[in-house]
Amino acid sequence: MDAVLDNLGTFRQGFVTTLALTVLSTVLALALGTLLAAMRVSPVPTLRGAGATYVEIVRNTPLTVVFFFAVFVLPQLDVRLSFFAFAAIAVTVYHAAFFCEAVRSGINAVGVGQAEAARSIGLTFTQSLRLVVLPQAFRTVVPPLINVVIALTKNTSIAGAFGVVELTAVATRLANANSDAVIAIFLGSAVCYLALTLPSGWLAGRLERRVAVAR
Amino acid sequence: MRARRTTALVGAALALMLALAACGGGGDEGGGGGQVNEGASFAEGTTMARLKEAGKVTVGTKFDQPLFGLKNLEGKPEGFDVEIAKLIAGEMGIAADNITWVETVSANREPFIQQGKVDFVVATYTINDERKQVVDFAGPYYEAGQDIMVAKGNPEGIGGPDDLAGKKVCSVTGSTPAENIRENYPEADLTEFDVYSKCAEALKNGQVQAVTTDNVILLGLISQDPEAFELVDKPFTKEPYGIGLKKGDTEFRNFINDTLEKIEQDGRWKAAWDATAGKVAPGTPTPPAIDRY
Repeated sequence: MDAVLDNLGTFRQGFVTTLALTVLSTVLALALGTLLAAMRVSPVPTLRGAGATYVEIVRNTPLTVVFFFAVFVLPQLDVRLSFFAFAAIAVTVYHAAFFCEAVRSGINAVGVGQAEAARSIGLTFTQSLRLVVLPQAFRTVVPPLINVVIALTKNTSIAGAFGVVELTAVATRLANANSDAVIAIFLGSAVCYLALTLPSGWLAGRLERRVAVAR
Repeated sequence: MRARRTTALVGAALALMLALAACGGGGDEGGGGGQVNEGASFAEGTTMARLKEAGKVTVGTKFDQPLFGLKNLEGKPEGFDVEIAKLIAGEMGIAADNITWVETVSANREPFIQQGKVDFVVATYTINDERKQVVDFAGPYYEAGQDIMVAKGNPEGIGGPDDLAGKKVCSVTGSTPAENIRENYPEADLTEFDVYSKCAEALKNGQVQAVTTDNVILLGLISQDPEAFELVDKPFTKEPYGIGLKKGDTEFRNFINDTLEKIEQDGRWKAAWDATAGKVAPGTPTPPAIDRY
């Protein structure tokens, strides 16, 4: 227990890095995922194909492999970024596929009549999606979206193996230095993850009740 | 249709067998250790007498440490540690073919020695007081130390750990070399990965300017890509490698120490080095003095 209390500063540093990586990646991945979902329901076959290909390739690749490509292959293409930025790219690219599918299921849950009505009053596809379909779609998929956010939070731990000093890297380092307190240290890191994921779940519950569509 | 599929299957099977045969061939006994001291004689009741009588010995070594103990495609370990073990066995009158190799990793070396699963261990095994409580060490036969690996040509001009200030240096999370940098060279910008191969990749990409850990691990990385990396070769810690054996077996320890002195003097130590780690290491190291504690 002392090993945890003596290293609270180090833990905080790791916690802040994990939090930053989670928030940044969530925002970017949700945006990219929504765009992909729009592509997958669009009337243009090329866009539909591109969206489907992205989702199938990325979500069927282990995250560690995505990380490997981001961290070690991008630099060979002369992309020079910090390890944190590469990690954010890897987490974003990977989870965008899952966000896409959650959003798409929400779009499919909106009655066809809504989209048809929108088009018939002269809205373009983009307008009808943005103004009519998506606002209704998001309301129905709050629980699956939060599922992805929680998975994303925990998956940021892989960044610890790729040069980012986040919670898991901190715990690994402290565990090696204090071999008599390994369990306490990993429990400490688990508590930090819970401090991130439990509020997300709680927030999701409130959000869900608030935006629920009365049908 | 069915007949054609069968033919294709048979063809594929034949091709596979041919490929396997090609892989299995050419089992050349590399390295030294050929000398067997047939005339060796030992006092009754000693470990040496027992092993010579049995005509075989079980040796623990690493199977995953390039240049020191690495299992080759034929399933036999090779490297400097392996050559040293062969020389010791040879001095007991046991041919290299009669050595049973057992993989010992860092975590199981002491238990394997204590339980008698191995007769002795040559496995990049650092002698320290903590380990001396449970096993005995002959040697050291080599002194490793923390060193620095840089890109070929040393573009940053790194000559030692003090030059790492302000540079990105890579090591494995929580490892002793990483903690050494963190504590004693806080000016260095430490990047940590979970394995050294990623550090090597990052160095190749120019994402870090140096990789630091024990020189033998660095030599192993360099041996895999000698065009990309080079060793600074200024070790700044001391890791004496010893041969682990059962605690209290002083006669066996003395015999191994005598053997090490003998092979260091008659050039077999150097020949073993040159045939293994010497292929990528710059210069031949001097064997450290035997510690007969």
